[in-house]
This record gives sequence, C-alpha cells and structure tokens, in this order.
Amino acid sequence: MSAIEIDDLRFRYPSSQFELNLESLSIGEGERVAVVGPSGCGKTTLLNLIAGITVPNSGRVKIHDDDIGKMSDSQRRDFRISNIGMVFQQFELVEYLSARDNILLPYAINASLTLTDSVRDKAVDLANSMGLDGKLDRFTTKLSQGEQQRVAICRALIADPKIILADEPTGNLDPKNKRVILDLIFAQADANSQSLVVVTHDMSILDAFDRKIDFEDFFVEAEEQEVVA
Amino acid sequence: MIWNLVFKYLMFHKYKSLIMIGCIFLTALLPIVTKMLLWQFNDRIMARSNSTPAVIGARGSDLDLTLSTLYFKPGSVDTIPFSEVEKARDGELARAIPIHAMFTARDHSVVGTSLEYFQFRGLETGSGDMFTTLGECVIGSRVAKKHSLKPGDQIISDRENVINLAGQSPLKLTIAGVLKESRTSDDWTVFVDLKTAWVIQGLGHGHQDLSKEEKDSGAVLSRTDNAIVASAAIAPYVEITPDNIDSFHFHGDTSEFPITSIIAIADNVKDETLLQGRYGSSEVAQFVKPDSVIQELMGLVFQVQKIFDANAVLIAISTFLLLVLVILLSLRLRKREMETMFKLGCSRTTISQVLIGELEVIFGIAIVLLVLAVCVIGSFSGDMIESLLVNGRF
Repeated sequence: MSAIEIDDLRFRYPSSQFELNLESLSIGEGERVAVVGPSGCGKTTLLNLIAGITVPNSGRVKIHDDDIGKMSDSQRRDFRISNIGMVFQQFELVEYLSARDNILLPYAINASLTLTDSVRDKAVDLANSMGLDGKLDRFTTKLSQGEQQRVAICRALIADPKIILADEPTGNLDPKNKRVILDLIFAQADANSQSLVVVTHDMSILDAFDRKIDFEDFFVEAEEQEVVA
Repeated sequence: MIWNLVFKYLMFHKYKSLIMIGCIFLTALLPIVTKMLLWQFNDRIMARSNSTPAVIGARGSDLDLTLSTLYFKPGSVDTIPFSEVEKARDGELARAIPIHAMFTARDHSVVGTSLEYFQFRGLETGSGDMFTTLGECVIGSRVAKKHSLKPGDQIISDRENVINLAGQSPLKLTIAGVLKESRTSDDWTVFVDLKTAWVIQGLGHGHQDLSKEEKDSGAVLSRTDNAIVASAAIAPYVEITPDNIDSFHFHGDTSEFPITSIIAIADNVKDETLLQGRYGSSEVAQFVKPDSVIQELMGLVFQVQKIFDANAVLIAISTFLLLVLVILLSLRLRKREMETMFKLGCSRTTISQVLIGELEVIFGIAIVLLVLAVCVIGSFSGDMIESLLVNGRF
C-alpha cells in the first residue's frame, strides 16, 4: 500500500511563471525517498503539497488513501498535525519555549491533539533517545545547532506521524552532525515504519535512501516563490 | 493551551512586556490621578467655601482673604481692627465671628476666635473641653495625632522671627481639649481665644507685680506716686497659669487690636445684602462671598486642566502609536515563528488568539496595576489635598 500517492498533479503559484507538473508519484510505507534538483525547481513546493499546506490546482494527493485536496482547511490542518511530521533546514524552533515545550508544541497549537502524561513521558523518552538528556528545560537558543535539530526532529515525531517530510534537514549542520542527525531520522522512521521524504542538495547522503527522485524531470520554469496557502 | 504560549512569550520577553505595561500604566495613571485629585480638591474647597456664607476682611485680594479665612494661612492678608466685628454685628444683620490667624505653633496655624466659631462649624471636642481661660487652646485631631498631644499637655507658639531675639517670646499654651475629626482644615489648627492670640502677638502680657518690686531689684527704673517705670530686665511670663493670670493685661484699646477676618453669618439674604452694601463703600474692609471666589478660582483651574487633558490625549496617542510600532515590529520578527506554527498544523485564528492573548495580558496587568494605584492614591488623596490646602504642600 502506498503511503503517498500523487496523480496528475498540476500546481502554479498565482502571479508566477513557475509550474509544477507531476504525472504520478508513489511512495510506499516505510520507504526513504530523497528529492533532489536545482534550487527553485519545486522540491519544497512538493513537500507543501504533500503536507496539505498548499493545495494543487488539479490532480490528487493521497496520504494513506485520504485525498487531502478534498479536505477543508481545518480538516487539512488536523490531518497534517496528526499524520505528518515536518523538519526544516533552519530548525524553526520557538525561541521563548524550552526544548521540552518545543517538542510538545503540536499539542499546544491544535485542539485535535490531547496532551496527556503519557505524551509528556514520550517526549522525555524521545529526547533521551536523541541524546538530549538533561537539556529539555533549556531554551533552544542555549543549545548547539545539532541539538536544536534533534529537538526539531523530536517535535516532528511526537504525534506519531505516518510520514516525515524534511526540507534539507542537514543543510545547516557540520559534516559530523549531518551524519548523526540523518541516522537518527532513519532510525526513528524505521522503528515506526514511517515513510520519509527528504529534500536535499547533498549528494553525499543519497546512498542512504531507498530511492532518489530528481526533480529536474518535473521542472517547467524555475521561478518558484515562497508562498504559503 | 494558548495561554501557556502567551505567558511563556511574555516571561521570555519580560523586559519588553514590563516596558509595555509601564507605558500603558503611566499613560493612563497620570490623567486619571490628576482628574481624581482635582475633583477631590474641588469638592473639598467648595464644601468649605459653601459652608462659609460671607467673609469680611481687609481690602485687597478677595482670594487671599477667602483662603486665609478658610485655611488660616498666617501672614497672607492685611489686618482689620476688632471694631469691624462690632460694625458687622450692628443692626443685628449677622452673627460675626472674628478670626485671628497670624501665628503658628509647631507649624500649625494658631487661630484666635470666639467659641461661636465651633458652634458655627459644628466642631466638638473628642476629649477634654473647650478653652475657658486665657492661655488655653483646643487643638485639631490631626495636630494631636501628629504630635501625640492630649488634654493637659502643652504646645508652644512659634517665634515670629527666630533672628529677632528681642521680638515677642513664644507663649506656652495649655491644651484644654482635642477636637473630633472633621476632615477639614480645622483638624490641622490650634484654636485659642482671641485675647490669647493677642497675647501671643505681644499686645497683652503678664509680668511680676512692679508695685511690690524693690527699686534696686533691677526691674524698676523709677517709682513715683502715680507711675512706675519698668526696666528691660522685667521678665514677661511665657505661660499663663492660675497664679499669674491676673497679671495679664493689654496695653491700648482692644477695639483697635488686629484680626485677619470676620466670618459673617446673616439670617437671610436681605440682611446679607444689606451687610454687603455696608462694606461697599468701606475703605478699610471688604465683603466677600467665598463660594463665588472659589468658583471663580476653580473655573480657572478647570480651564488650565483642559490644557492638561489635551496634553494627556496627545501623550496617549503617541504612546498608542509607539505600542502599535512595537507590536508591528514584533510581528515582523515573529513572522517565521507564526509560519512554522501554521505549517505544523496551527490555524491562523489560533495564532491570532495567541497574539491577542499577549496584548490582553499586558493590558490586563496594566489595568489591574492602574486600579490598585488609583485605590492607593485615593486612600491618601483626601489627606494630601487637605495638607496642600492648609500647609501649601503635600
């Protein structure tokens, strides 16, 4: 069964020449996929479409048979927070929250998730498994970059998502941390049979993935703009 | 859950939050307190002036005369002779209460008057009795409280001029009673009989009986059958006691002795109008209606207050614009944070609720502080205003 299934996807940003055409793409459960391609070719847009942050002009994006194009905005948000874990290149942690609160952030911002003691315990276990022992009550600005990305990964995993989407998760890390972080993501994804889609420019890590999707194949005109639906 | 985020943001940016709270608090506090104090000032001074039907005093500033009579500030007006009291009473147009407010005791005005004054103001002693003899005084409740005085204690009048050692000596006054609190300037005043006030002024005094003094005692310069000439060595009494009270006497005609004003209480408007007419052509004294004078004064004060109000509005607008600027800059700095929340699955409404919640807490704390500050200031303001009116300072 496919975790992600995309059919005849067409997307174009308003007031832009950029267009993304994707006839068919299927990513299986537990599969690790790397998405590569030149800047501005639509890799991040693809992640946004899979996450339901952006809605396609036509075509279908199905996550475990749920067509997210048919969902309302609020349904998409609830679906996203429960089923998709997102990791960003700049970590995007909230500076005024501790590492623990950052990990539990999805529970603070969406009522469809209920924060319980077992979730709190899980956050601690997850952080410990990521090597963040004793650092949960620190503000994230007091953590190293590697530690910050570990916190971001914990945040992506806390709600047990079926899919992890990572946009250049190692782009801001030194080579040593790069490998460690990637191994951690793989380990977590493997342990929970989560599908993993990673956008990367780093060719040195491609061998760790099950499959590589080169986006130049779908690229029409590279004038992508950062637009959030 | 959003309140968790709200408080964590405010705690993390505590200095920014405190500055915003402080700005709102101070911007609102200043005009509110100014208005509150002004209204209380207006209420108090109007109540005092309304309860004083008319004042007769030396020609000059009617405002100085009114304030001197209502609040007994020494040295602020010229004097009139005591004979003006009889003139005011002539024809039984009005009751006339003399006021002599020229001296102080421990910085409180010493007011020479008649017992009629206490009746007129509705003042009663809370402990002790009214003064009955020369040298006794009745003190206001605040004077008693401030200096821990009680009936039987003594209070000494202040020397008129500490540099002039040859000047009139202070007089030791015996406290006959303490007045009940009236929350007026009477609470801050030492009342004596008019004659005692003249003794303090040096117009009357007591000393050893020179007819019994030996010529070589130093106190007597010369003695004839008709006259005794005293020397400077004669020592006037600084305290009036039962033993020496008979030696106290006044030199000169008491009808010419000074008083600072007269409170005139006519039985009806006609009598008051006739009395007013009597003083219309007087070169010595003037007839003043305190309520009109104070209304005029407050009218001027409220005009000035309008300028302060306009100023407060401008300050409020500038503070508001500054707050808007701070909020907009803050939103700009937090754009990525909000975008991340949205990408994670937070609705734009929830994000707005968090931001609005932060403002609600900031404004809420500022308002709570404001209410507390107004209550605290309000509890002291009555005394502050009375002190301002009586002592000219808070």
